Amino acid sequence: MRVTQGAFSFLPDLTDQQIHTQVQYCIDNDWAVSLEYTDDPHPRNTYWEMWGHPMFDNPDAAAVVYELNECRKIHGGKYIRIMAFDSTAGWESVRLSFIANRPKTEKGFRLSREEIRGRSVRYSITPYSTDLPEGERY
Amino acid sequence: MTGNNEQVRGKARYAAGVLEYRKMGYWEPDYDPKDTDIIALFRITPQDGVDPIEAAAAVAGESSTATWTVVWTDRLTACDKYRAKAYRVDPVPHEPGQYFAYIAYDLDLFEGGSIANLTASIIGNVFGFKPLKGLRLEDMRLPVAYVKTFQGPATGIVVERERLGVFGRPLLGATVKPKLGLSGRNYGRVVYEALKGGLDFTKDDENINSQPFMHWRDRFLYCMEAVNKASAATGEIKGTYLNVTAGTMEEMYKRAEFAKELGSVIIMIDLVIGYTAIQSMAKWSRDNDMILHLHRAGHSTYTRQKSHGVSFRVISKWMRLAGVDHIHAGTVVGKLEGDPATTKGYYDICREEFNPQALENGIFFDQHWTSLNKMMPVASGGIHAGQMHQLIHYLGEDVVLQFGGGTIGHPHGIQAGAEANRVALEAMVFARNSGRDYFAEGPQILADAAKTCTPLQQALDTWKGVTFDYASTDAPDYAPTNTPS
Repeated sequence: MRVTQGAFSFLPDLTDQQIHTQVQYCIDNDWAVSLEYTDDPHPRNTYWEMWGHPMFDNPDAAAVVYELNECRKIHGGKYIRIMAFDSTAGWESVRLSFIANRPKTEKGFRLSREEIRGRSVRYSITPYSTDLPEGERY
Repeated sequence: MTGNNEQVRGKARYAAGVLEYRKMGYWEPDYDPKDTDIIALFRITPQDGVDPIEAAAAVAGESSTATWTVVWTDRLTACDKYRAKAYRVDPVPHEPGQYFAYIAYDLDLFEGGSIANLTASIIGNVFGFKPLKGLRLEDMRLPVAYVKTFQGPATGIVVERERLGVFGRPLLGATVKPKLGLSGRNYGRVVYEALKGGLDFTKDDENINSQPFMHWRDRFLYCMEAVNKASAATGEIKGTYLNVTAGTMEEMYKRAEFAKELGSVIIMIDLVIGYTAIQSMAKWSRDNDMILHLHRAGHSTYTRQKSHGVSFRVISKWMRLAGVDHIHAGTVVGKLEGDPATTKGYYDICREEFNPQALENGIFFDQHWTSLNKMMPVASGGIHAGQMHQLIHYLGEDVVLQFGGGTIGHPHGIQAGAEANRVALEAMVFARNSGRDYFAEGPQILADAAKTCTPLQQALDTWKGVTFDYASTDAPDYAPTNTPS
């Protein structure tokens, strides 16, 4: 399976040069770009681990691509995403988010069903990766 | 515009009998509207022989304090304050016999936080007034003090994106088709295929409620099975607009509660449930972490013809106050009415914090939204993947693009249709961000993306050249003007 979170997961995996174009677009819009990684791609896992702070005042996409490759050296077997934060009044949140690195084999999710009250079902989604302890997942 | 327009004052003003509205104080050409006034702009078409100023004054009168004859009980009130004031009448460009009438209303004429109260005045009796052939409410200026009495969209664009975890691209949806007749089980199949294939949302149609072929609980249960299965298959948050429209508020609350219990992120209502019901559901949605989708069912009966009715830009303003999160606002390129310049006006009303006057988009007044949440416009009706560059160009990024036929009608199935749309969308956003002239190069960008996505190629081949190119009935009255540099 392929986790299709983020803006570009339906395109072939992006090259560093392609990532550069998207990061530069964010920088040109005055958004602060940041890297985050995780081994728990649950759709409601909002807080991935931060690879440093968002890069405020950074004018050059190359610096982000450099950091991406530094992050890959340690977390290359995990999901890494690029996020752009916009501090404009009325937005003050993420403007663009896309996956820039993913595990070679993606383990996907278990859908659990618990039958409750008549025909109702309580659903739960669990990444298979989190069956293993932290550090052994990918 | 002839005749004596002087206001009659003093004892003569209140002599029993009939007096022209313009002489009763409903025409005040020197009036300077207060910042707290509500201003309505009407397109009036007086009957032959009726003076336009008298017609405008009559509209002001009939939408505020007046009745057909003088009443002495006016003198027990601060009637000068409560009378709406027509203060400007302009001929409509290129439309002989039609006039734009500007009418100001004191804020104390209205109850805060009630669209029902606002509309009972502004579009209450006056649209049937005999001396007019036609009357259309074109636009309204809503003062800050009044806007602040409303909750506004329950969720808003930013928080909707945060809840879904989708940033930087339009959202994708599809309405389940055929709109009537599918059983709950079959209906859920369409939902699963479309969401797994790559859409964020599927949607009940406006008239899917609880019918013999599919009762509402069955639909909700099967749809949520589909939503959760698709979510597990993709790692994404998925939603389906469960339409809770019903015959009573009690029934709608019941259905909404069940949708919440099942874990749906979004519910849906139709415009035909009425303004008060909409406000109630918006309040319920704010209290229950629910995104609220509004289908504008019925609006074309009064928004489409320029001679009579209410412009959709006014409906959009009322709905932002009332508090819905999604509103169908046109596609420009699809099968339903939608002049590009006029549609831009609607989208700006949904999404901007401040709307400057833009006559070329049909926006007559500066409008502040005082940090009310933004509404997500929804583009639905006769659109397909081959138009992706046009859709992004005209509609921007904060929009739900809904491909119903354009997903389900794909020759290789619903999943393939959804995938084609998602790939086309991502490729176009990627190209735009990369600095390409995506509007001009759109067909090439799509053709390139189709090289690694067969379903997209099939979609492009199937709907090649399908357009809906008809003259619009609701284009702006003012052409864009060049600002001298």
